[in-house]
Amino acid sequence: MAKSQGKKENRGRKNLSDTPAWWDTFPWWGIAIVAILLWMGYQIVTKDSYDLAWERVIPGIRITITATLQAFAIALALGLLAGMGQLSRNVFSRNLARTYVEFIRGIPILPLIFTVALVLLPQIQDALGFKLSFQMRATVTLAFIYGAYMAEIFRGGIQSIAAGQVEAGRSLGLSRRQTMNSIVLPQAMRAIIPPLGNDFIAILKDTSLLSVLGVLEITQRARQFSASTFKFREGYFVLAFIYLVLTLGLSLLLGLLERRMTRDDRGVRSNRGID
Amino acid sequence: MISIKNLSKTFNKNIHAVRNVDLEIDEGEVVVIVGPSGSGKSTVLRCINRLEVPTEGSIAIDGVELTDPKCNIDEIRAEVGMVFQQFNLFPHLTVMDNICLAQRKVRGKSKSEANEMAMKQLLRVGIPDKADSYPRQLSGGQQQRVAIARSLSMEPKIMLFDEPTSALDPEMVKEVLDVMLELASEGMTMAVVTHEMGFAKAAGDRLVFMDEGMIVEIGPPNKVFENPEEQRTKDFFDKILY
Ligand SMILES: Nc1ncnc2c1ncn2[C@@H]1O[C@H](COP(=O)(O)OP(=O)(O)O)[C@@H](O)[C@H]1O
Ligand SMILES: [Mg+2]
Repeated sequence: MAKSQGKKENRGRKNLSDTPAWWDTFPWWGIAIVAILLWMGYQIVTKDSYDLAWERVIPGIRITITATLQAFAIALALGLLAGMGQLSRNVFSRNLARTYVEFIRGIPILPLIFTVALVLLPQIQDALGFKLSFQMRATVTLAFIYGAYMAEIFRGGIQSIAAGQVEAGRSLGLSRRQTMNSIVLPQAMRAIIPPLGNDFIAILKDTSLLSVLGVLEITQRARQFSASTFKFREGYFVLAFIYLVLTLGLSLLLGLLERRMTRDDRGVRSNRGID
Repeated sequence: MISIKNLSKTFNKNIHAVRNVDLEIDEGEVVVIVGPSGSGKSTVLRCINRLEVPTEGSIAIDGVELTDPKCNIDEIRAEVGMVFQQFNLFPHLTVMDNICLAQRKVRGKSKSEANEMAMKQLLRVGIPDKADSYPRQLSGGQQQRVAIARSLSMEPKIMLFDEPTSALDPEMVKEVLDVMLELASEGMTMAVVTHEMGFAKAAGDRLVFMDEGMIVEIGPPNKVFENPEEQRTKDFFDKILY
């Protein structure tokens, strides 16, 4: 959205009536990013020391991706629960959800990972008699953190739907739940999916924090490689390359998804929020 | 059919939107409610299907008390159609799906049964060709007619209209009023908040004038309109007719 608006305003142009020249609106940044990626890829393919780093780091991608997907899935469930909880009629649910969200949002991620994965979860494990791996504990912690962020996304999305929609549904005899599921949530999804996509990318990047618990995802592997071979430049170069490819690829996919969502049945861009 | 006794509604402890309203609406009767903005017309209507919970008093529909905690409000609402000033169509659904949603979820109808009823009601409001359109592709008048068709498809016993033509461009008012007139002539029980005096005279059995949350005057439309007993009623009509 912000991108397309930026194009229309003629920032600092002398003759305001002119349509901007092609080079003014051309996405040069895309070319720059692609060029950087190509250059990085070229280094990795052609230089033996980079190639070595690549071979040591890349196996961690399985854990990075698994942890991302798991954390996202759990966070989604927690976020929906806590988001709806905050809008609940029940005093207890409302306050429980709010406590969770405010608690998590008030603490930076790194200290939370230490406290939850190393203190809170082990205590819960002991009390309930089960055992989670470091990786799983760290993943669950990430999910807890992002669940709170997503709760706000869900809450905002649901609240953005006009009260008249709920009233129309209830007037037809639909129950609260039916109204939520068939009328409010499908409309709220338009407001919810783009920020959820951003959170997905943020989770992917934040799985790098699992390295502080020794989980062998790509960041931890790059650290180990660099520390043992003293090839810091190669190790972190490759690491940055992998993250860039993953996040830029995801951004691209999300952009396409968003474009599809904001088109109506005739392929015309719809004006959100009206109707 | 609808029996409102001593109804009061207070918002935030100090806004007395409705005060001690008594009103009986018989089967097949069309009651038109007028009054200045903020006089509590919408609130009365919204209490009838419990979009607002009365602070005091009772409302019974066909003998069923709405304020009774045992009553199933969803069942009652399915029998009471409501048409809003802002149409409130579901923008993410086609006209057909707008009309079928509640039929299927509340009445448990099959897809073909619901579709058949939807087409019947669309025909009745004169836009059968819009079944596959989305609400944003329709004019205001068409949207309001879809909203009416959506309510009718539940085969309600009563229809409530809250200023159904107030959000419309002038040239679309008639197409909606025509649908309502036809509905009235078919014997539908209706409570209509509107300032369309033509409609009140043509279709209304009784006209209610409200002010400051109370019913000031009630009687046959022509009488209340031409020959009001209360000064407040007279002042109001003098203001809206210039
Ligand atoms: N949800 C609400 N919260 C607070 N005040 C309200 C609410 N709904 C209506 N009111 C107030 O109640 C009074 C009657 O409103 P309403 O029934 O909408 O009047 P009308 O439909 O006749 O214009 C107004 O003063 C209005 O501000
Ligand atoms: Mg009103």
